[in-house]
Amino acid sequence: MLNITPELLATHKLNASEYDKIVSLLGRTPSITELGIFSVMWSEHCSYKSSRVHLKKLPTKSKYVLLGPGENAGIIDIGGGYGVAFKIESHNHPSFIEPFQGAATGVGGILRDIFTMGARPIAVMDAIRFGPLGDPQYGKRNKRIFEGVVSGISHYGNCFGVPTVGGETSFHPGYNGNPLVNVFALGVVKADEVFLGRAEGVGNPVIYVGAKTGKDGIHGATMASDEFTEESKQHRPNVQMGDPFMEKLLLEACLEAMQTGAIEGIQDMGAAGLTCSTSEMGSRAGTGMDVELMKVPQRESDMTAYEIMLSESQERMLLVAKLGREQEVFDVFKKWGLDAAVVGVVTGDGILRIRHKGELVAEIPNRALADEAPIYNRPYTVPQRNVPMEGPEFKSVDLAADLHAMLASDNLCSKRWIWEQYDYTVRTNTIAGPGYDAAIVRVKETGTSVAMALDGNGRYCYLSPREGAKLMVAEACRNVSTVGALPIAATNNLNFGNPERPEIMAQLVEAIEGMSEACEFFETPITGGNVSLYNETLGEGILPSPVLGIVGLMKTEAPVKNTFPKAGLDVVLLGGIGSTDLIHFGGTEYANTILKSLWGMPPALDMAQEKKIQTAIRQIVGEGLAESSHDVSDGGLAVALAECSFGGVGCDVELVSDLRPEFTLFHEGPSRILVSTSQVEKVMKLGKEVGVEVTRIGSTIEERFVVKGLLDLTLSELRRTWETALEIKLHA
Amino acid sequence: MPPDARIRSPMKFGVVVFPGSNCDHDAFWAVSQNLNAEAEFIWHDSHKLPAVDAVILPGGFSYGDYLRCGAIAKFSPVMQAIKDFAANGGLVAGICNGFQILTECGLLPGALVRNQGLKFVCRPVELEIASVNSPFTNAGTKGAHVTFPIAHGEGCYTADEQTLNELEAEDRVLFRYIDNPNGSMRNIAGICNAGRNVLGMMPHPERVTEPLMGSSDGLVVFRSLISAFAAK
Repeated sequence: MLNITPELLATHKLNASEYDKIVSLLGRTPSITELGIFSVMWSEHCSYKSSRVHLKKLPTKSKYVLLGPGENAGIIDIGGGYGVAFKIESHNHPSFIEPFQGAATGVGGILRDIFTMGARPIAVMDAIRFGPLGDPQYGKRNKRIFEGVVSGISHYGNCFGVPTVGGETSFHPGYNGNPLVNVFALGVVKADEVFLGRAEGVGNPVIYVGAKTGKDGIHGATMASDEFTEESKQHRPNVQMGDPFMEKLLLEACLEAMQTGAIEGIQDMGAAGLTCSTSEMGSRAGTGMDVELMKVPQRESDMTAYEIMLSESQERMLLVAKLGREQEVFDVFKKWGLDAAVVGVVTGDGILRIRHKGELVAEIPNRALADEAPIYNRPYTVPQRNVPMEGPEFKSVDLAADLHAMLASDNLCSKRWIWEQYDYTVRTNTIAGPGYDAAIVRVKETGTSVAMALDGNGRYCYLSPREGAKLMVAEACRNVSTVGALPIAATNNLNFGNPERPEIMAQLVEAIEGMSEACEFFETPITGGNVSLYNETLGEGILPSPVLGIVGLMKTEAPVKNTFPKAGLDVVLLGGIGSTDLIHFGGTEYANTILKSLWGMPPALDMAQEKKIQTAIRQIVGEGLAESSHDVSDGGLAVALAECSFGGVGCDVELVSDLRPEFTLFHEGPSRILVSTSQVEKVMKLGKEVGVEVTRIGSTIEERFVVKGLLDLTLSELRRTWETALEIKLHA
Repeated sequence: MPPDARIRSPMKFGVVVFPGSNCDHDAFWAVSQNLNAEAEFIWHDSHKLPAVDAVILPGGFSYGDYLRCGAIAKFSPVMQAIKDFAANGGLVAGICNGFQILTECGLLPGALVRNQGLKFVCRPVELEIASVNSPFTNAGTKGAHVTFPIAHGEGCYTADEQTLNELEAEDRVLFRYIDNPNGSMRNIAGICNAGRNVLGMMPHPERVTEPLMGSSDGLVVFRSLISAFAAK
């Protein structure tokens, strides 16, 4: 019998009460394989044990939602008999330890989540966060991680053949020891041909397909549920190796095999590999499985049952076929040159039985792994924040220099260096790609299009997780509306520190509640997502960093530009100059980049006003009244105007406001959108009907960038600052 | 005059599918939807080509591009069939990975090596139609500029001096980069063989074949093929 020591439990990240629960569920001491299985299934990463009670607060239903949380990805109805499956998932911990492979397999993992539903992936976006490239202490490492992550995403997505159409990148010292890599993927599926991860039908064969199982990634899920220490580099073997070519074959083979009608259920092997797929497929269907590990295709000859069950080798799937129709499945996988082997059978008793060379090495009720996982209502106090409410006295000495500095900052500079490494036009559906407020991808099957955006602001959420989360939802919906689409559903990635610290748990709870309130209000239910906790290194947590992915629907047509297309147009500001005070200025990019400070509260949001602005812009764009459309966000109005001018046509505007110039130019009050138009009366009239403030602030001009009385700059110089900053930093 | 794309062309295209091809659907869409021609996929282990009038070798990562881009694809059964097809004057267009395969198997001279910047580059690039004396460019105007996207990590065209001189002397450079994105020698973006029936190019014409893709510039390649076929 296994000798259970405290050390053994510690390496499996199980505490004493969790172990006692295992013993009582089994009625005996677990075997080492069983201990391994429980440790991954009950890990934070797989069980959501700290977040589950709060995730229940999120809205998950609407008339569009075909499938909500609980499966591999959520699905929404896009009409015409089709749906889109989409989800976001993190690969933060692996990307810190091994940036290239960590990010690459992050892409691979989420793609499998999509095509396991029967959906062909048509778009990927990434939200990535790093420590500053010029950080005096960690700059060199931050650059290495940044370049590794970008090339990992590029390598995997490009080879697989899915366009990377957008995303967002930001930098803050809070990510010095813990970068974030969140990958969003979206695929198209026939609404009546959705496949679920369910082991239906007692007696049906369980078939393993795809890459062989090796010793890589063992305990990845457990690692992803722990903080980083000096020893974390030793976890490098826990990071999986990705093979996008294999994934591409797996995609084509799975979609083809699904067409045979011989497949009952299917699930990818991601975190916790064979363990997770066997137990989850069984528990969802109320069945069990009897699996012989000897039949699992293996890369190495001496693997133990423990290793086979916990391996996180990539590009593998588990499926349940209809009894007697195995050959049809084998034929498809053979055509694509992939391994496929019957490894077990679906049983009726709800028990997961794992045998290795005939010997029973694990026998666990599926219910115990899935439904009986510990759930913690962890104590929480008030969210951690170590910054003042009151801001410093400051006065800009040179507004033009400030604007140049902001446009050259890590967060606001052009990200072309990143997205040109991603194939964003493959599949010929990309109507609006990187650089737009939201990406637009057409769906050839329906003749309609899907718009999507990722958003999140760690500084806002640090100042107030609740308000920061609401602002995130508002901005994501605004981005999608700005291109003319109706936002209808969302997926979230909750990146936080150690939930066992009450002040961090409080960040998580408040962010979820804020997100819940806003998603309810904007009618964008959460259809799935991911929680990544323990994002800490040596006790230093990241900024609380929820990321939201929004999906919207629109008709297929040429996109409205986000830059001024020609001189002589009227420039209109929807939502007006807005207001702020010193407290609500503390989370802005200006405070971050120019004042190198953080204080106060995030900008104030009026959700009702925000909703009206979004309605207005959708109508303006939908009726073809806008020549360009771009929302005001990070960096405020001056930065938004500059971004609108970077297509090569500048502007001459006057900002009438009682605010001090720094506030007028750089405050980040939400609910504002810049439009250029040749039909200003119609835009004004429409704004009035919807009940939003519409101000004509000036016109588009050649060559200059003018804000009367405040800025008068040569556009080409401003643009050069913005375009070249990232490469200059990387080569510094 | 280029044929109207809305009139169904009697020409039939074959689009080869290697394991790892990922622009196969795009090429198929371009010719079947935007050119209104017939199209058929050809699986990589076919020893014999179906009855098609032109073959497209699409972009992607055939066989994972292990070893070298296109190095394994040249051993596939379908490539032997395509060599025979080309030897008999059949029209073959290799785009991106297809170009790499054609150089690997000797149907086109030279090689595609790592981009000068050592990074994958995806961007629209301006090209000059350097010759209209080919079935791939006859519908264009010599010296005219078109914009096609590139999306490759290994698209730097390389050949010895003699080969480059020959290509130019024989008017076999069909497309040139205006602003060279990858270090290709003599700004070469696309070439044809001595028989002028095999094209290789790194930029993707199939990705710009309708206004929704941002431009229809790429139609020139496919319309040229249809003209050439009609003239046969």
